[in-house]
Amino acid sequence: MKTIERKAAALLAVLVLVPLVQNARAQDTDRTDSQMTNTPAPTYVIRNARIVTVTGADIENGTIVISGGRITAIGATASVPAGATEIDARGLTVYPGMIDVGTNMGLVEVGQGAPGTVDLQELGEMNPNIAAVWSINPHSSHIAVTRVDGVTSVLSMPAGGIISGQAAFINLAGSSPREMAVVPEAALVIQFPRIGGGGGGGGFFQAQQAVTPEAITQRDRRLENIRHMLRDAEAYGRAQDAYRKDPKSVLRPMTDLKLAALVPYARGERPVIFRAERERDIRGAIRLAEEMKLKPIIIGASEGWKMAAFLKEHNVPVILDGVLNLPLREDDAYDSLFENAAKLQAAGVRFCISAGDSGAQVRDLPYHAGMAAAFGLSKTEALKSVTLYPAQIMGVGDSMGSIEQGKIANLVIADGDILEARTNIRYLFINGRQIPLVSRHTMLNDQFKDRK
Amino acid sequence: MKKLLSLAFLVIMAGGIASAQPRSAAVQNTLIRNATVLTVSHGTLTNTDVLIRNGKIAGIGKGLKAPEGARLIDATGKFVLPGIVDAHSHTMMDGGVNECTRSVTSMARVQDILNPTAIGIYRELAGGTTSALLLHGSCNSIGGLSSTVKLKWGHTAADFPFPGAMPGIKFALGENPKRTNQNNPGVPARYPATRMGVEETIRDAFARARDYKRDWDDYRAAIARGEKNVAPPRRDLELDPLVEVLEGKRYVHSHCYRADEILMLIGVADDFGFKIRTFQHVLEGYKVATEIARHGAGASTFADFWGYKMEAYDAIPYNSAIMVRHGIVVSVNSDSDETARRLNIEAAKMIRFGGLTEEEALKLVTLNPAIQLGIDRRVGTIDLDKDADLAIWSAHPLSVYAHVEQTFIDGELLFDRQADLARRPQLEAERKTLEAADANKPPAQGGGPPRAPSAIRRANAHEDDNQEREDNQR
Repeated sequence: MKTIERKAAALLAVLVLVPLVQNARAQDTDRTDSQMTNTPAPTYVIRNARIVTVTGADIENGTIVISGGRITAIGATASVPAGATEIDARGLTVYPGMIDVGTNMGLVEVGQGAPGTVDLQELGEMNPNIAAVWSINPHSSHIAVTRVDGVTSVLSMPAGGIISGQAAFINLAGSSPREMAVVPEAALVIQFPRIGGGGGGGGFFQAQQAVTPEAITQRDRRLENIRHMLRDAEAYGRAQDAYRKDPKSVLRPMTDLKLAALVPYARGERPVIFRAERERDIRGAIRLAEEMKLKPIIIGASEGWKMAAFLKEHNVPVILDGVLNLPLREDDAYDSLFENAAKLQAAGVRFCISAGDSGAQVRDLPYHAGMAAAFGLSKTEALKSVTLYPAQIMGVGDSMGSIEQGKIANLVIADGDILEARTNIRYLFINGRQIPLVSRHTMLNDQFKDRK
Repeated sequence: MKKLLSLAFLVIMAGGIASAQPRSAAVQNTLIRNATVLTVSHGTLTNTDVLIRNGKIAGIGKGLKAPEGARLIDATGKFVLPGIVDAHSHTMMDGGVNECTRSVTSMARVQDILNPTAIGIYRELAGGTTSALLLHGSCNSIGGLSSTVKLKWGHTAADFPFPGAMPGIKFALGENPKRTNQNNPGVPARYPATRMGVEETIRDAFARARDYKRDWDDYRAAIARGEKNVAPPRRDLELDPLVEVLEGKRYVHSHCYRADEILMLIGVADDFGFKIRTFQHVLEGYKVATEIARHGAGASTFADFWGYKMEAYDAIPYNSAIMVRHGIVVSVNSDSDETARRLNIEAAKMIRFGGLTEEEALKLVTLNPAIQLGIDRRVGTIDLDKDADLAIWSAHPLSVYAHVEQTFIDGELLFDRQADLARRPQLEAERKTLEAADANKPPAQGGGPPRAPSAIRRANAHEDDNQEREDNQR
C-alpha cells in the first residue's frame, strides 16, 4: 500500500473506530464485542519483530502469521496470505502470552464488603462436582485489566472446603466461560488437610495451630475421608463401565454426581492440585497421591526448597504462588521464597510461577518471576516459568506457552523485556484476535486525567 | 511473671538475631567506588565514588581518596540509590496497630510500642528501605500519633525515631472508621457508621480542640498580664495533639479512598484553618487531583493495588501519574511488611502506568516521601552533607532483576547480602541445636506445649485492614 493510501485507511479506521470505542465506554468497560467471537478469526502478519519463541532461539527480525486463531507461520521470512492485516513491530518484541495457573479469576469481583460478588468457597468439605467453568464471570473487570498487561490465560480455581471443586483453564477473552475455556474441567483442587487447619483455603492467612493429639486425629480423619471418596469413585467408575458394557445383566448403578465428577481424577487421567505449603504437608500430599495413583500437582510449596530432591525423585510439578510472600518462619532467610524457584530449578523439579492472587493483582505475574530471577533463576527460566512451564504443567504445552507453528495465537507485543515493570505492552492477541488495550483502568484514566 | 518472661524473651532475641551483627561504637567510614549513582536530585552520575564519613555523605565525585581505615567497596556495575522512604508502614508495631475502642484516640502513641527486634525491619533493609512513617491503624476517624523512624536494626528502640522529624497523627475516612467490614459477634457497634458520621466526628473533635486551645490561650494571656488567681485548664491528652494540628506543629496523615471523603476532609480542614499533610492510600485522588493540589496536600498511594473492597474498586494504577501531573507531591507506599521490601518495583510500575520518567518514578519512593514527612533536608537524595542512608543495588533498581547488596543508615552497614549468606550455615547449625533442646521437644517426647508459628502473610496483605482480622482470629 502506498503511504497516502495507508494514511487514508488509518484515518478511515479512526473515524469508524472512535464512535465505537466511545459507545463501548458508555455502556460497559469490559465486555468483549460480540463481533470478536461471531466472525471467523482474521489473518494478521506481524513484521520486523524480535521474536522470543521461548522453545527455540530468538529471531531477531522475523515475521509471524496468524490465521484462524492459530500461529500459521513463523520465521525470518514467511509467506503471507493475501488480505492479512499488517502490523509493523519494528523495535518491538513478540512474546507468547503469559499464563497464571494459580488464580480464582472471575469468581471474585470485590473480595471484601460485597459478598454478592464472591463465588469462591462453597459450603461443605467435599465438593468435587462443583466447577469454576459454570460461574466464571466473563465480564469481570479483572479480566481486561489482567490481559492488557500481557497475561492471556489463567487457571481459575474454587477454594473452599477440602475438595474444593474443579478448576477451569481459560483464555482471558470471550463472552461466556465455555467460549473462554481451553480445558473446562482442567484439574481437581484439594486443600490438603493440615494439622490444625480448617476446611478451607484461599484466605490471607494460614495460621498453623499447635500440634495437639486432637488436631492430628482431625487431620487424619480428613485424609481418610479423601481416600474413602477416591476409592468409592474408582469403584463407581468400574460399576458404570460394567453397566455400559452389559446393561442387560449388570445392575444399573444409582447416579452419584460427586463420585461421577471424581472418576477421571481417581483414575489419574486428569491432574489433582493439592494446596500445601510446609514440608510435612507437601510430603503428605505426594504420598497420598501415589497411594491413590493420582496425578498430583502441588500449589504453594513455600518449603519446596527444603525438599527439592524429594520433589524431583517423585517427579511432581509445583506451582509457586508465594514468591513474594513473607518467609514462613521468622528465622528463615529473608530471601527464602525469592530463591525457592532457583533452588527447585537447579534440582530439576518441574515448576512454574503464579502471582497467587484471586484476580485483581494477577497482572503482577511478571514481577513475581522477575524477583525469582533477581535471586538466582536465569532470565530465560523466569520467562518460561510464566509461559511454557505453566502450560506444560496443565497439559496444554502442545497448544500454548510458546511461539510455534500451530499453537493458539496468544501473543503479546511489547517495547522491551516483558518481565520488566517499565515495559509497555503495545499489541495483544488472544485466540488469534487482536484485543484492544482497554480496561476499566484505562477508561477511568481517560475520563479523569485531564480534569481541571 | 509475664514481665519476667518477656524480658527473658528479649534477652534471647537480643542474643540470637540482633547479635548476629556485632557493631562497634564508632561507625566506620566507607568509600563506594565506581558506581552508577542515582542522585534523584541531580541526575545519574556514572563511574562515580561516594564517600561516607561520620555517618554523612562527605563526597560525590571521581577518584575520591579514602580516609584511613575506611571500608572500600568496589561498586563497578552497581547502582547507588538513596535509602527508600516508606510513607505508610506498620513495621515494628506487632499486634498494636489499632486502638479501636473509641472514634477519637489521639491520646494513643505509636512511639510507645516500637519493637526493635521485629524481623520486618531487617527484611526491609534487604529491600533498600531505610526510613518509614509508622502509622496508627485506620479503624477510627482520628487515630493515634505516628512515629517517623530510621530502620536501625540492631539498635534499641530509642535509636529508631528520626531526629527532628515533624510529629504526625493518623486520620481515617470511609469504610474502616465506619466499621463496614467488621461485623464481629460480641463486638458492639461504634459510632460513626456512615461517612456523614466520620465528618461529624472530626468536626466535633476540632470544635472541642479549638475551645480547649482558647482556654489555654486565655490562661496564658492572664498569666502574662500578671494576674494571680487564675487556674490552668485541665490537661486533655486527647485534645493536645489536635491543638498542635491547629497550630501547624503536627502533620495530619489521613487514610482515605473515595473522592467525596477527600473533599470532605479538605472542607473540614479549611473550616478550622489547618492543613492535611498527606492523603494516604487516596485511591480516588486522581478524580480530585485539582482540589488536593490546591489544598497543598501530598498524596501517598499504592502503586496498583485495587478492587479488594468497594471503596477500592475505582482505584487505577494511573493514580500516581495523574496526581504528579497536577503538581502534587506523590509517594508510593507499602502499608505492608511484604511490599516494603520491593518498593523499587512499585515505583517502576509507574513508568508503565502514566508515563513518568525514571527520575520521577524514583522520587515516588525517595525524595517525595521524605518531603511529606519533613525529613528531606536529611534524606531522600544523594547530596553532600545528607545522612548516609543509601543502598547499593546489583542492577538498576527500577529493574525487576535487581537486588540489594548493601544498605547503610547514618553510614552504618546494616544489611550486607554477602555477610547474610556467609552466616547461614552457622544459623542453621544453631537452629538444629535449639530444636534438640528440651524446651523444643514435642509434647509426646516430654516437651512443653509448642508455640504456634506465625501466620503466612500473602503478598499484598495490608496491615491496616488485616491486622484487625488477624487480631480477631487470635
